[in-house]
Amino acid sequence: MQRAEEIKAAIEAAVPGAGVTVVPNPSPSAQHALRLEPAHAVAVATFLRDAPGLAFDYLSNVTGVDWLDKEIAEKVKVTRQVTKTVDGPDGAKVDQIVDETAEETRKRVEPGYLETVYHLYSVALHHGPLVLRMRTVNRTDQIQLPSFTPVWRGAEFQEREVFDLYGIVFTGHPDLRRILMWDEFKDHPMRKDYVEPDDYEYEPTAHDAVLKRAQEHSAAAEGNRE
Amino acid sequence: MAVEKELKIELGKQGIFVTTIEELYNWGRRSSVWPMQFGLACCAIEMIATTMARYDLARFGAEVFRPSPRQADLMIVSGTVTKKMAPQVVRLYNQMAEPKYVIAMGACAISGGPFKQGYNVLKGIDRYIPVDVHIPGCPPRPEALIQAFMTLQKKIDGQPLTGEGRPRYLDADAQCEFPVPEQGAHDLEPPSNRGVWPVEIQGRGSRD
Amino acid sequence: MSVVETKAERAAGWNRPPAVEPEGEGELLEVAMGPHHPSTHGVFRMDVALDGERVVRLKPVFGYLHRNHEKIAEGASYLASMPYTDRLDYFCSLTNNWAYALAVEKLAGQEVPERAEYIRVILAELTRIQNHASTIGFLLQEMGASGTPLMYAFREREKILDLFESLTGSRMMCNYMRFGGCRVDLSAAWLEATKKVVAGLPAFVDEFEALLTGNEILMARCQGVGVLKPDLAVNASISGPMLRASGVNYDIRKVDHYGIYDRFRFRVPLGDHGDVYDRYMVRVLEMRESIGILNQALQEIPAGPIMDAKAKLRGFRPKPGEAYGRIEAPKGELGFYLISDGSPNPYRYRVRPPSLINLTVLEDMCLGHNVADVVLIFGSVDIVLGEVDR
Repeated sequence: MQRAEEIKAAIEAAVPGAGVTVVPNPSPSAQHALRLEPAHAVAVATFLRDAPGLAFDYLSNVTGVDWLDKEIAEKVKVTRQVTKTVDGPDGAKVDQIVDETAEETRKRVEPGYLETVYHLYSVALHHGPLVLRMRTVNRTDQIQLPSFTPVWRGAEFQEREVFDLYGIVFTGHPDLRRILMWDEFKDHPMRKDYVEPDDYEYEPTAHDAVLKRAQEHSAAAEGNRE
Repeated sequence: MAVEKELKIELGKQGIFVTTIEELYNWGRRSSVWPMQFGLACCAIEMIATTMARYDLARFGAEVFRPSPRQADLMIVSGTVTKKMAPQVVRLYNQMAEPKYVIAMGACAISGGPFKQGYNVLKGIDRYIPVDVHIPGCPPRPEALIQAFMTLQKKIDGQPLTGEGRPRYLDADAQCEFPVPEQGAHDLEPPSNRGVWPVEIQGRGSRD
Repeated sequence: MSVVETKAERAAGWNRPPAVEPEGEGELLEVAMGPHHPSTHGVFRMDVALDGERVVRLKPVFGYLHRNHEKIAEGASYLASMPYTDRLDYFCSLTNNWAYALAVEKLAGQEVPERAEYIRVILAELTRIQNHASTIGFLLQEMGASGTPLMYAFREREKILDLFESLTGSRMMCNYMRFGGCRVDLSAAWLEATKKVVAGLPAFVDEFEALLTGNEILMARCQGVGVLKPDLAVNASISGPMLRASGVNYDIRKVDHYGIYDRFRFRVPLGDHGDVYDRYMVRVLEMRESIGILNQALQEIPAGPIMDAKAKLRGFRPKPGEAYGRIEAPKGELGFYLISDGSPNPYRYRVRPPSLINLTVLEDMCLGHNVADVVLIFGSVDIVLGEVDR
């Protein structure tokens, strides 16, 4: 199989303005990904499926990933000009302006997003995997991504599952309904901030995380009874 | 009216068979328990293995697995009951004709087992329907299921036809149907049937 | 929700199955098969619309065994998820173990010692044989051959389960493989017992085939039923024996050469028509090929360690990154996708379930057939609900 950069170049030659970025994967698996812009994704997918040298006709795996808002603490080197008193050449004290570098911690919040990941193989040419990714704008209201079901039928149930568990809305999907949870269910349970129903009976041997949850549970039970 | 055991054996040697209606009735019932053909998860495979030649559940009169709840006496809850499946399980139980019994097979049916932390996993079927025999294991071996059958047979043998301890189906006032839970926006409603499960379940807890 | 779709709804998606129009006058009958139904292999539901006996529309409904495997795994350490993989496809716990171990080994760059690779191949092929035998048994059970084929299959399965039990301690939930090797070594006595069981397997397959392959009823019920065309099979991500029964030569053991499969001589059986009979036949032939692999592996297995010396099970924290690892499980392509953020838990843990994805084309295969054939077609897909819903 060609390297990710070569596939990126091929895509950009075929679909002008596709805006593909290579996402490197530092792990030993070295399965680097291509990030697609949602606007051109279906055109790119069709190209990947039909281009003779690539022929990614088999969409193996579709899944979602939830990335929460991230607070990133960065250490930034800041250079300031400081006046210092130093010994002069003839023994007298002289004020001198010196550059001093100090480290400062700055915090910034990187907004979260939902991501879909696709693993493509080629049955015709026996190569793969090619990893594609797409991101939504945020995690709340702009969560639409184009569906790949018209290109690969194999995405049908897997995209429904991503819709059910992560809440990503696939535009162009022929039958986008909940697949695993019941229809009346409101939450998206695979999201990292999902709060699961507290329907446990707690055992006396609770410890660590279980103990903490048991204490919260009994506090809530007290509150309900009052 | 009770005939002593030794006397009964002695009479039996003389060719006289003495029994009571209760004994005869319960003997008939316990020797032909028909389970419902109802597999939920992994344990169902061990249940099938139990009916096969090696473990041969037919020795206990229980090899006739009926697909219809109307023809079954015993529900083997063999596997994880999810919240999506729980209303169906309760409904099937309600559709069974009395006398009916329940075996909770495996850790999942008892308490949720290894999947207890799951948001869609019911933490024990006895929150909604009464269970007669619990078998631990993940999954229980076929021998364990046979042991559960023998335990259930003992229970049936000991059920009096009249009086205080008589079973549910002989008591006109007893509850034979159990409320089916609804699937709500976040969880099952109610989270447990208080008539069967004495402990209060918090349900949504501190959330709305 | 109604299972009968309007024409406009049907036109909206272009690769939906072709429409089957009702022939006569009158209303369609809507039947919910499942979640409690004797032929659905557990808790699966098909909402079927019937015109007389003919299937006009079929919608599968999932989730009755959704046990939140992925969510639980994201809150547990890498090692703690291994026993949960047993419970995915509970017929084939050892191949599930292998797929997960393979994905983690890719993520962390671990090597597997040669002896462990051989043990994995032996166990995976034994798993494949008992899975295929049971599948065929259940298929025949649904066809009305109540008892005999399933009894034969389970008789053989019990012999293999005895081997699993003496090696791993459990009949079904083996929890045996580890990242970088296997949990315990096998003994010479176990190898001898396995050789004895494997030597008896060809006779079992012969007996099975004598009972079934040329059987007139089986041929009448299976041939030409539930045809799946190869181009649709590839486009719909079908994998495993079902893909190969449609004539697509794609066996991950041959394509990816994972483990040490390039050392063994075996052929990939392919079907011509892609009907239920071909799916049955491909499985029978795969059992024979698996026996061949087993004979080679049992002869050649070397001595040596069974764990990578550098492998760390407790306190295992792979470096940030991600990996997708897949194997040819008996049901099809079983893959695990893992994202590590450097913590002891995976940030994302995903199972690519062959059983769920193979059901994508269930409707296409069933349309126009009688409702009695739906049960057969469904049985020939070979699914396990633990893996479909996870």
